[in-house]
Amino acid sequence: MSTVFNLKGGLLSLASATAFAWGAAAIADDETIKIGVLEDQSGDFAAATNVKVNAIRLAADEINEAGGIDGQPVELVIYDTQSDNRRYQEFMRRVLQQDEVDVVFAGFSSASREAYRPIVNQFDGLAFYNNQYEGGVCDSNMIVTGAVPEQQFSTLIPWMMEKYGPNVYTIAADYNFGQISAEWVREIVEEEGGSMVGEEFIPLGVSQFSQTIQNIQQSDADFVVTLLVGAAQASYYEQAASANVDLPMASSVNVGQGYEHKRFTPPSLADMYVTTNYIEEIDTPESNAFVEKFREMFPDEPYINQEAANSYIAMNLYKQMVERAGTTDHDAIRAVLAEGDVCFDGPSGRTCLDPESQHMSHTIYLARVNDDHSISFPKVWDDIEPYWLGDAGCDLTVNDPSAQYTPSNPPPAN
Amino acid sequence: MELLAAAFAMFYQFGDAFAFLVIASAGLAVIFGMMRIINLAHGEFIMCGAYVTAVAARTGLPLALAILLGAITAGLIGMLIERLVIRHLYHRPLDSIIATWGISLIATQGVLIVLGSTMAGIGTPLGSVEVGGQTFSAYRLVLMACAGALLIGLYLLFYHTRFGVLARATIQKPETARALGIDTRRVYGLTFGLGAALAGLAGGLYAPTMTMVPTMGATFIVESFVTVVVGGADIFVGAAPAAAILAVIKATLTAGYGQLFGQIGLLVAVIVVIRLLPGGLSAWIKKTGR
Repeated sequence: MSTVFNLKGGLLSLASATAFAWGAAAIADDETIKIGVLEDQSGDFAAATNVKVNAIRLAADEINEAGGIDGQPVELVIYDTQSDNRRYQEFMRRVLQQDEVDVVFAGFSSASREAYRPIVNQFDGLAFYNNQYEGGVCDSNMIVTGAVPEQQFSTLIPWMMEKYGPNVYTIAADYNFGQISAEWVREIVEEEGGSMVGEEFIPLGVSQFSQTIQNIQQSDADFVVTLLVGAAQASYYEQAASANVDLPMASSVNVGQGYEHKRFTPPSLADMYVTTNYIEEIDTPESNAFVEKFREMFPDEPYINQEAANSYIAMNLYKQMVERAGTTDHDAIRAVLAEGDVCFDGPSGRTCLDPESQHMSHTIYLARVNDDHSISFPKVWDDIEPYWLGDAGCDLTVNDPSAQYTPSNPPPAN
Repeated sequence: MELLAAAFAMFYQFGDAFAFLVIASAGLAVIFGMMRIINLAHGEFIMCGAYVTAVAARTGLPLALAILLGAITAGLIGMLIERLVIRHLYHRPLDSIIATWGISLIATQGVLIVLGSTMAGIGTPLGSVEVGGQTFSAYRLVLMACAGALLIGLYLLFYHTRFGVLARATIQKPETARALGIDTRRVYGLTFGLGAALAGLAGGLYAPTMTMVPTMGATFIVESFVTVVVGGADIFVGAAPAAAILAVIKATLTAGYGQLFGQIGLLVAVIVVIRLLPGGLSAWIKKTGR
């Protein structure tokens, strides 16, 4: 019931968001380290992203209590980007030019990241993208802490094919995340000797799925890969369950991000398998301690997802890099990154930044949604590195193409 | 037998699209057709109906009653808003668009602040039916029946009740109606309330099948406006046939080319209709019928 009557939490976060933004405009203090936070606190993606902002607040609180970064307190400058790509561009300009932040934590959807990335490049800023995504961004101005396809799909898809069979049907959101993720699924399925029996791209905002459900039933799929994004598309699960589509599902986005298993009535998500680097059900001492202190500070938080953990880890990685560099200067931070041992023992275990791609290694958990929507973990892959970009030729210690690559469009050979 | 199953599958897809278009657009059509008010808060009345239905259903009320409660709540809120805002804007259609748009923004953000960014769903009842090896959601068949019942109910209401006579008189010749002693202000209020209640009903009926978020009304709005624009001012000779035609376009394109083309098809249909039949289907049917 706490999500329904979340009056206090909602008002509080609204009030504090305004306070932070106002505070930033008023105080021009060189003694603080300013961190811009651009996340969707309202709009289509809010359910998955409010928690990221709270994770950053938690980390900032902890860092400040422990004496700040190198003795300097952290100050957050938070803007609500409203799930709107134009807001990302507007606020990214504002934090970099007007608020003069030292680093930005920004973005949920890949469309929003691609909307703000040119602006970060233009002003030579530094941005953390703390989201799982379709991979391929080779850009020295970006540090990515979310999981990528070689971590999520190269574990998930072969495991699913072995357990359920080689025929795969993909339904994906029709924009860069869904398109590129689907390409990854296609590649891995073919590599493993399976076949794609269907692939369908759904425009964002579509909420009625009868025809899609019928297409899936007419194919002889062994399992369905769902790469649906946003609140409207999540209606698929309820509709598929009520049409009795009795197929296992595999996903890189659900559960770990939008906690659909908590929001939907069982058993609409039953038999879904998700590879994620963190969700609150992970039962390790580190995870339990994280959940406990999170809930202490934000008792009304509906769910602590992988993005929350990644944002929390990112804050601590940034602290470490600034302290080792002795400055917030980007070149100095990149020099620290290039040493290759920027690691943090956080809620999801040990994670390290890869200097070539500036992506992060992860322990990957295979989460299964049971009939009663509880979570079990049939498999854990330790320390999966973000190998693809580096193998394909992206090396940010050498050059900076500021581009996004895909399996069908890899970096140029050098 | 195989042919029968294929025919059923086709009918099901058509019926599903038809039901969605009719149920989503009925409230909009009544308010626009009868009162010439373009209600941009239509989606938020839908959201209101869905939220009330979900909360009521979770407290243990039977789903049908919960949906009814959702519709009634949306209707009452509609009447309140008519009294406070819309009433003053009857001769200022552009201003009423701005006002209802403002109401929609306030409603979405208000719900977000008060109830949070998402709410637990209630699950679709009735399970599935099997036809020719394929399974279909039974609740969707109920929705199709509801769409039919809704059209019949509205027809009876407007053509076979005293309220219907008063409403049509008020809308056609307000001055004459007033001279004959009809309380036209009350009729306007009730008509707007009816439109809002129909929107609430749409939300209630689709609540069990959808994700509950404050912006959920937006997923109905495009298709309901498309239906009303193609249909024109009259809900019976306009919106209903428009929904049938659009459902054929949408179901065929979606089946053949995927969801994206289904949506494109709807928008192209609107463009063509606006160009060729500026008054929508209803104006054309009435003119050629005469």
